[in-house]
Amino acid sequence: MSIRQHGAMRSADDTVGGHQPPAVSPARRKWRPYILSIPATIILIGILYPFVQGVGYTFLNYRATEPNPHFIAVGNYVAVFTDPLFWSSVRITGTFAIVATVVETILGVIIALLLNRSSMIGKIFEKVLILPLMIAPVIAAVIWKLMFNPQFGILNHIFRLGSTYDFLSADRALWSIILVDLWIYTPFVAILVLAGVRSLPREPFEASAVDGANWFYMFRRLMLPMMWPYILVAVIFRFMDCLKVFDIVYVLTQGGPGHATSTLQVNAYINSIINFNYSGGATYMFILWIIVYLTAQQLVKLLGRAQARAAGSEA
Amino acid sequence: MAQKELMPGQKRFTVPAVIADLAILGWFVFSLFPIVWMVMLALKTPSEQTTTYFKFAPTLDNFVTVLTERGTLLTSVNFPAAILSSTINCLGAVVISLLVGIPAAYAAGRWRFRGSDSLMFNLLSFRFAPELMVIVPLFVIYNTIGLFDTSLGMVWVLQLVTMPLVVWILRSYFEDLPEDLEQAALLDGYTRRRAFTMVALPLVRPGIAASALLAFIFAWNNYMFPLILTNSGSVTVAITKFLGGGGQAYYNLTAAAGVVGALPPLILALTIQRYLVQGLSFGAVKG
Repeated sequence: MSIRQHGAMRSADDTVGGHQPPAVSPARRKWRPYILSIPATIILIGILYPFVQGVGYTFLNYRATEPNPHFIAVGNYVAVFTDPLFWSSVRITGTFAIVATVVETILGVIIALLLNRSSMIGKIFEKVLILPLMIAPVIAAVIWKLMFNPQFGILNHIFRLGSTYDFLSADRALWSIILVDLWIYTPFVAILVLAGVRSLPREPFEASAVDGANWFYMFRRLMLPMMWPYILVAVIFRFMDCLKVFDIVYVLTQGGPGHATSTLQVNAYINSIINFNYSGGATYMFILWIIVYLTAQQLVKLLGRAQARAAGSEA
Repeated sequence: MAQKELMPGQKRFTVPAVIADLAILGWFVFSLFPIVWMVMLALKTPSEQTTTYFKFAPTLDNFVTVLTERGTLLTSVNFPAAILSSTINCLGAVVISLLVGIPAAYAAGRWRFRGSDSLMFNLLSFRFAPELMVIVPLFVIYNTIGLFDTSLGMVWVLQLVTMPLVVWILRSYFEDLPEDLEQAALLDGYTRRRAFTMVALPLVRPGIAASALLAFIFAWNNYMFPLILTNSGSVTVAITKFLGGGGQAYYNLTAAAGVVGALPPLILALTIQRYLVQGLSFGAVKG
């Protein structure tokens, strides 16, 4: 399993084994990794500093009209938690993240399995698979926005929907955004899972084929458990990214119509950058950060267990 | 052809195989159609930009327009300037990430030291943190100290994108490098520094190239940082401006700019396809 295990790393002291290189004092050797990490740490601090300051904002009433903010304790949190707009954006973000991640994972696994059949078509298409993933999400959103246009959009034309059918109307916009998201990111799941499928050992499959096992049995009992860690890595990356979705939503709908597609980060952007309510936006983001952090922790735990199990079934 | 090992779904020339091929074909039609449509729209004349037919006389006029002053005069979007500043900012960000990230990745890959895990974890958490949490305070700070709308400011904030990528990918390369090679160099009387630059560094060159190109792609594709922290913007910001906020929209110019903006990442991605999986998953999955 290639997911990094820290246990195998050496300590700073035993790195040179039995042979001592000349003319380097042990003290210098001990400090070497720290010295090498200093520049990266400085940049890290440079970025952590605004982060901490952002957390500080959540306890102030800082906005452009209030250049000298004062401490208002949990006032922002009370305001956010009693704001129906916040709860609606939690619901929208949750729906988006869960639906997009589930659909992308299922489609991605199917595409990976299909491409793994190593037919002619598969070989050619593998190269094409990543194109949507590498185009900037903003450009992808712009293309789709043009295609969604009710008057001269190609989709209304092809599917003969007429110019009154609006993909970005209040009740359809979220699903259209999910469609764009899965257009961009399904290949992400597919190439991760494909790499996983290719790294699986052949022997168990040959053995169970000799035993006369059918396709579905092999898939469920052999392939899926061994692939599970790869699928989980893809799920973790997708779900975390979906929770903080911004680019495609902002380009396609700017959170609208009304607030139909205001995800948490879009709402925070409108709050803090458009309406100059820095504290309000920061509070949204800090809450989102806590959600992302806790979710990541749980998913990574799950990943650890899945890896242990997969290692067991490979042995 | 020799009998191949059986994997699920690997039987050929059967009805399921044909269905599978059709399914994959279906996905690729869905996947490629928007890109083809963008290219077609970019090749249409202004009078054809709202048409939906597929047959037309292609023209490269739109590309000329967005890449020259003509586009700036017509739409007040200075796309050439956006390309220039995107290029400078992204190259700057990648170079700094490499200079700073390679030593850190080497330290974290070679030695286990107090704080190495938390340094690595913090870098990874950048990947998952909501960007606005950092950008809102930065927006205030930049406006105060005059870094707003400067290359220096952009290069600094783009480290959020490029640094974790470079350090995480390169760490796994340095970990996989057998230490015996450097040991041999040390025994031959090389200093640690020379063992690093003459032995270790050349061996991880593919990793450096892959992480640098990937970092460039992600910096180039980034939207939120230039949107908030600059006026002049970036390629991604400029493209959305062609759509016209309330004013006239230039669909064919938008498409042409989209094609131009999408080309560098696509070309780079195809050259490092072998390393993409690792890069996209931060080395959690090896390609």
